[in-house]
Amino acid sequence: MINLVINGLPVAVEEGSTILEAAKYLGFPIPTLCHLEGLSNYGACRLCVVEIGEGPKARLVSSCTYQVEEGLKVRTASARVVKARKMVLELLLASCPQSKVIQDLASAHDVRQQRFRQEHEDCILCGLCIRMCEEQMMAKAIGFRNRGENRSIGTPFDMKSEECRLCGGCMYVCPACQLRCTYMEPEKAICGGCANLSPPCLEKSSFEDMMCYMDPCVACEIRKD
Amino acid sequence: MVIPAGTCGQASGANDLIAAAEKEILLCGLDKNIRVRVTGCHGFCEMEPSVLIEPDNTFYPQVKPDDIPRLIKAVLDGKILEDLLLVSEEGKKYYHQNDLPFYQTQVRSILAAHEKIDPLSIANYIENDGYSAIAEVLENGAPEAILAEVKNSNLRGRGGAGFPTGKKWEMLANQSNGSGKYLICNADEGDPGAYMDRSVLEGNPHSIIEGMLLGAYATGATAGVIYVRKEYPLAIKHLELALTQAAEYGLLGDDILGKGFSFNLSLAKGAGAFVCGEETALIRSIEGKMGEPRQRPPFPITKGLYRKPTAINNVETWANIPIIIRQGAKKFTGVGTRNNSGTKIFSLVGKIKNTGLVEVPMGITLKEIIYGIGGGPSAKAKIKAVQTGGPSGGCIPTARFDLAIDYDSLVDAGSIMGSGGMIVMDEHTCMVDVAKYFMAFLKDESCGKCFTCRKGTQRMYELLEDISQGKGTLKHLELLKELAEVVKDTTMCGLGQTASNPVLSTLRYFRDEYLAHIEKQQCPAGVCKALITYSINENCTGCGMCVSVCSEEAISGLRKQRYKIDSDKCIKCGTCKGVCKFEAIEVS
Ligand SMILES: Cc1cc2nc3c(=O)[nH]c(=O)nc-3n(C[C@H](O)[C@H](O)[C@H](O)COP(=O)(O)O)c2cc1C
Ligand code: FES
Repeated sequence: MINLVINGLPVAVEEGSTILEAAKYLGFPIPTLCHLEGLSNYGACRLCVVEIGEGPKARLVSSCTYQVEEGLKVRTASARVVKARKMVLELLLASCPQSKVIQDLASAHDVRQQRFRQEHEDCILCGLCIRMCEEQMMAKAIGFRNRGENRSIGTPFDMKSEECRLCGGCMYVCPACQLRCTYMEPEKAICGGCANLSPPCLEKSSFEDMMCYMDPCVACEIRKD
Repeated sequence: MVIPAGTCGQASGANDLIAAAEKEILLCGLDKNIRVRVTGCHGFCEMEPSVLIEPDNTFYPQVKPDDIPRLIKAVLDGKILEDLLLVSEEGKKYYHQNDLPFYQTQVRSILAAHEKIDPLSIANYIENDGYSAIAEVLENGAPEAILAEVKNSNLRGRGGAGFPTGKKWEMLANQSNGSGKYLICNADEGDPGAYMDRSVLEGNPHSIIEGMLLGAYATGATAGVIYVRKEYPLAIKHLELALTQAAEYGLLGDDILGKGFSFNLSLAKGAGAFVCGEETALIRSIEGKMGEPRQRPPFPITKGLYRKPTAINNVETWANIPIIIRQGAKKFTGVGTRNNSGTKIFSLVGKIKNTGLVEVPMGITLKEIIYGIGGGPSAKAKIKAVQTGGPSGGCIPTARFDLAIDYDSLVDAGSIMGSGGMIVMDEHTCMVDVAKYFMAFLKDESCGKCFTCRKGTQRMYELLEDISQGKGTLKHLELLKELAEVVKDTTMCGLGQTASNPVLSTLRYFRDEYLAHIEKQQCPAGVCKALITYSINENCTGCGMCVSVCSEEAISGLRKQRYKIDSDKCIKCGTCKGVCKFEAIEVS
């Protein structure tokens, strides 16, 4: 067991646990976006940052990827953490304003302004869909491509993937488009693709079947054929 | 006759010199009297293609192929061609390389070897004491002794962070040797304006191999990889040849020099992503995965390449190893300062007279490098700042040029040592534009995994773009600073953690320039296009040069009279200013 102190409270957790797990065990809330139980930890959204260490050596790390260390001192809601978290949410909101998940998080963390130029990028590249596809659906149909501002998610060469079984798992876990598909409950599935978004991660043309479980769509009355 | 022909030399025409020299020697049947040695870069790139005549080390700068026959004749006669020598502004002629102010304060423990060594020939390296360190060590030395020597040398990693190399090796040596350990040479060198590693790889590839052999012997590593970027074709060619030669000579592979010690070394080529210089991304890249950094710990020293213990060192770090073993740690620590021993190579570029690679002892001041070795500003404008550490570094203003540079002092000044890039800026450099340039680089080169690094660099670029177009407000500055600090705090790897440095350091030292853009809508350096206008003053003689180069036909007027620029048509490219001999074109 590893002993550490979170917000002043000592706790002992198993070796190999992350700070996030330890904090959860003690009941300290840490917001997350790219973390999902059952999938590997990736550390893309940076929302889960916490402060570790003391004095000039204090720094922020993503709690979902940082493994506990003996004697570690963690603060989950210091002024520095809160400031960083709010900025992350402000940035998220500026790029992906339609996401209900992000809106709720921003509201819960008292983000009251958005000072950047509004974009509608939809996808925040959290990589949940990729991990879902690889780790739970064993398909590996989609992945990251390119780097920096050109980074995107999709199938190799944007071609219809032979690995994809159209399970919809990717959309199910997506924080940006999750309201569009509800996987096995077709009666609830309204894709919304007609109203505002195209799926951020997949080429619409090659995955028409996934757009909506209603045929014709109740909202836009587009037929599949 | 020594002709440096690294990538820099070849670009400035060294190949023509070599061809001319070899032809002349062949034609005149002089191959018994004079020999051409083609080497890597000696450092003084500004003066290339240059020729060095041994044994006196007579230095001829910017030689033309047509001068070669004359030069060869003079060499045979033991004469010096006075008209080809380098002449200072005051008219002083420099005969020998060592007299040049560029070389005088340098301590060239690594670069000096480049003059003596033909990088294509292992025999040449061996003649110059090459592989003597490893041979001696395999004969009489214990691994612990080498480790102790490297530790005592206080050598700090030259890749940027300055981590003590001896300590890193000791940690590797202490890892259990169940199924192999790795050594990696980081030759990804992606900083714009930095090329010291390239020059070492091109000029002395065997020194890297020898360094890694010594490292392997000291730490018990069984295999090594040199990760070099594909954009360095000449370095790759020289390395590949060096690896083949070393294997042929029994210096790589199994049972090296018959001493029962084995080490395999291979080459991995990177596709030129800046982020692949980061050690965990580099390891993933070698493994064939996407070049993306991962959370440390676990550090590569425990879980590195193929999840085996791995020590990564920079090219220059490896190049220092044979030197330390050959001359001893004591002599090595004699150069530099207490916590920063030895020399460091900087690539001195920008608005400076003598651009090139300079190798100086740690603790030298910026002033000595820039005004002494560098010879001061290249044009009339005064030097304003120096940018160190590449895109993750910062700008240091002239007021702080007394700073003795080492890993720690540069961090205190808001910059970093990085791999050794040094870009000199003068009054015609706009600091907002500089910050914007680096941010443009970083937003392309971030791997994109951490949201705050990917989006943060894009948003910082956006804010800087607004400011440079005169659309900035004081709120922009406030937001920029706030964002920069959060990006620094919330990112995973060194790229994101230092990505804000260009912004934060220019804000710290050149806030008035930002304010001029915002409050007065002015760009004091005359760079930001949206804020400047070009006009022609009374110096104009009506020669018409500017008219002939203007692609937009924005300049009009009668010959021999003062011309006019139509600001509606002018695209502010600055071409006219470049060709005007009378300083008649003004930027305001
Ligand atoms: C974004 C980024 C780029 C880097 N690029 C390089 C590089 O081009 N060359 C290099 O030697 N080290 C580079 N580093 C540093 C390496 O991660 C590592 O610290 C270094 O290779 C260790 O070698 P050293 O101990 O000899 O300095 C980079 C680090 C970061 C964060
Ligand atoms: S939840 Fe930890 S970085 Fe996204």
